[in-house]
Amino acid sequence: MQDPTKKLLAGTGKALDDRFGGAAGLKKQMKKLFPDHWSFMLGEIALYSFVVLLLTGVFLTFFFKPSMQEVVYHGSYANLDGLRMSEAYKSTIDLSFDVRGGLLMRQIHHWAALLFVAAIMVHMMRIFFTGAFRKPREVNWLIGITLFTLAMLEGFAGYTLPDDLLSGVGLRIFVSVVFEAIPIVGTYLLFFTFGGPFPDGLQGDFIPRLFIVHVLLVPGILLALIGAHMLIMWHQKHTVWASRKQTNRNTVGFPFFPHFIAKTTAFFMFVFGALALLATFAQINPIWMYGPYNPVDVTAGAQPDWYIGILEGGLRIMPGVESVFLGHTIPWNTLIPALIVPGLLFTFMALYPFFEKWATGDNSEHHVLNRPRNVPTRTGIGVAWLAAYMILLIAGGNDIIAKTFSLSFNTITWIFRFAIFLGPVIAFVVTKRICIGLQRKEEHLLHEGVETGVIKRLPTGGYEETTRTPSPELLGRLETNRPDVPEDMPALTDGRGVEARNGIVKRLRVSAQRWYTQDNVARGAHGDGHAEERGEVEPGAQRPELTGGRTSD
Amino acid sequence: MRSRSAAGTPPRPGSRPWRRRPFSRYALLLLALVAVGGFYAGVQSSPQADAAQGASKAQIDQGRELFQTSCASCHGINGQGTSTGPSLYGAGAAAVDFQVGTGRMPLSQPGAQAHSKAPRFTQAQIDAIAAYIQSLSGGPDIPRGVDQKYSDADLAAGGQLFRANCMQCHNFAGEGGALSNGKYAPALTTSTSTHMYEAMLTGPENMPVFSDQTLTPDEKLSIIKYVKTIKSDPNPGGHGLGRIGPVSEGLVAWLVGIGVCVVAAMWITAKKKQED
Repeated sequence: MQDPTKKLLAGTGKALDDRFGGAAGLKKQMKKLFPDHWSFMLGEIALYSFVVLLLTGVFLTFFFKPSMQEVVYHGSYANLDGLRMSEAYKSTIDLSFDVRGGLLMRQIHHWAALLFVAAIMVHMMRIFFTGAFRKPREVNWLIGITLFTLAMLEGFAGYTLPDDLLSGVGLRIFVSVVFEAIPIVGTYLLFFTFGGPFPDGLQGDFIPRLFIVHVLLVPGILLALIGAHMLIMWHQKHTVWASRKQTNRNTVGFPFFPHFIAKTTAFFMFVFGALALLATFAQINPIWMYGPYNPVDVTAGAQPDWYIGILEGGLRIMPGVESVFLGHTIPWNTLIPALIVPGLLFTFMALYPFFEKWATGDNSEHHVLNRPRNVPTRTGIGVAWLAAYMILLIAGGNDIIAKTFSLSFNTITWIFRFAIFLGPVIAFVVTKRICIGLQRKEEHLLHEGVETGVIKRLPTGGYEETTRTPSPELLGRLETNRPDVPEDMPALTDGRGVEARNGIVKRLRVSAQRWYTQDNVARGAHGDGHAEERGEVEPGAQRPELTGGRTSD
Repeated sequence: MRSRSAAGTPPRPGSRPWRRRPFSRYALLLLALVAVGGFYAGVQSSPQADAAQGASKAQIDQGRELFQTSCASCHGINGQGTSTGPSLYGAGAAAVDFQVGTGRMPLSQPGAQAHSKAPRFTQAQIDAIAAYIQSLSGGPDIPRGVDQKYSDADLAAGGQLFRANCMQCHNFAGEGGALSNGKYAPALTTSTSTHMYEAMLTGPENMPVFSDQTLTPDEKLSIIKYVKTIKSDPNPGGHGLGRIGPVSEGLVAWLVGIGVCVVAAMWITAKKKQED
């Protein structure tokens, strides 16, 4: 108490509270509980990558010139000496070679962009597979999907700005698949957006416009949505992993201050440090080697950054199909892979919480997370979605795969063409079976106890294995609920056992509901929840696999 | 001769200027031919120069012998080609030096494309086979002195030509790339300058021929200079990740970036493990 620092802080605090108030409310907020599990930190990787993106991005704007003015390069990179290029490209080269720390900043920025989108995806996997999107968190799920989509757009804009060869090729494809693929209005949209034809409009309008989109418009929306995302999270509180202590009405964890703030600050340092190390030791986007954009040039292995890879992959495996309708060409070969398939993938994910609610009839609030194995159908759907995503993503690198592993490019493309249809189905079935297998294993643990590896020989000559009670922590996990049929679901039969004449939607809903729950392993009859009684197996209890050995001897 | 001297003034041996003497126009013609030929040979700036001229009959005979033991089963006993190998008429010494010198020929097994491997023959033997093929019906000759010449070429122009003509198959850093049905454009990182020149001249495998009308010798040399320069250029941003573009970058972002951050998250939230 005599500590002068403490006194000073207390004085400042009191002075602030006297003028602005809010100490009581703040005190409550400071004690907000944060769960202590690594999977809850995944979203923070995205958050802190975003902070790093803002910091490094501001630095880059000091030196980048968003201009399509043609200039002649006479800088320190001799391989480009005397070449004509846009001012945007030249300023990025200068920023990389002649600004102190410029290349490092550019590389941190780019690595942070890759990490940002990757972390969003990993974070969403956690949310999806644990059912954290369920009521009341559907809105935050939708915000998350929007953030994911905007992050892709923002990343693509940043990749395009330097006006190097690779980004110009990417933009050319983007223009073809987004603008020119849309019948009738597409070309108009293109001319409005570019201020003229590709690549940079009549007055070189496109790069300056894209610059504002990249540094102001989309980051502004991202920032606002991230703010909303976190406020809603703060208000609704965290979900919790299922365990014995957890109910739907409590939260378990450590208080925001001083525990969590220390951890999360440390984690920010980790993320920043990881990015700085990556940027120091691994080169990214060497635009000086790609050269300035020239519409007639292209490089082998022209890929976008990974998060646009699903579009690239779709384009690469789509056969060339187009039709003409009333004098307008409808290019299915670009419409399907670039707009329809990603549209379906993302719309499906956005609407999934509502579909599941409809299918299971579960409209109650959930704050305790599901273990993925306890909801095999949802887990299967998630893995199937990921399989589709991964197949498209990997297909985007089919030429690199062909080159690296000395395979035929055409064969690989055909494999992907089949895999995109078969892969998700196989992934669904295998995942669901694995989940059910895990449920069975847990039932076994619950009823037979944990194996100790100690085999006893009985006086009668028989053998038995000693098992012990699962630890309370394990029991807490084992006894978590598997979603059952809710009572208010539309029944298949009316009250007297006669099949009800339901409408088609109702029938669909009943089958969907069965699809979700019917394969779950039922809780065993002797699973009474009293761990103490399950300690030892009584001597002579039937252990077929062991006693069987005796009889055959 | 006779009629001409009869028509003019009687010859006065000794006093007549040398250019009026009867043999003079032959001498003049010869001189002009030598001058033009010599000038042309000089202008021809000899990457293209003379291998066949130097080829002795002994060398051609040695080449024929080597050809007939190692090449004829596919290319025919006189290099006329068979169903399994193309005719070599007009292929020239440059094609032989490239194909045999990079180990692509003799082919180890039929496939989509011949792979580069350690050459089966010594340079002297390769030169002999080259001389033999050249003696059949000509073709582009082995360019000489490429190694000394390319260092004077225009680097930035070479870069521009490389981007316009080469990188769509060989990738932006000359790391190579895939083509259809198992064919590929090889990496240029281990190629010698002479082999690169010969490849442009002869268009091996799936590569188009870049004749001297398409890419002048100077342009060829500038491309070689660019490829050699970027090969030895350090990666200013750290490890080059194979210089194949965003695929390896994405892989690193996931494996290293997400990997390190997740491990850090696990470490930060780690608790003392309880026994199950």
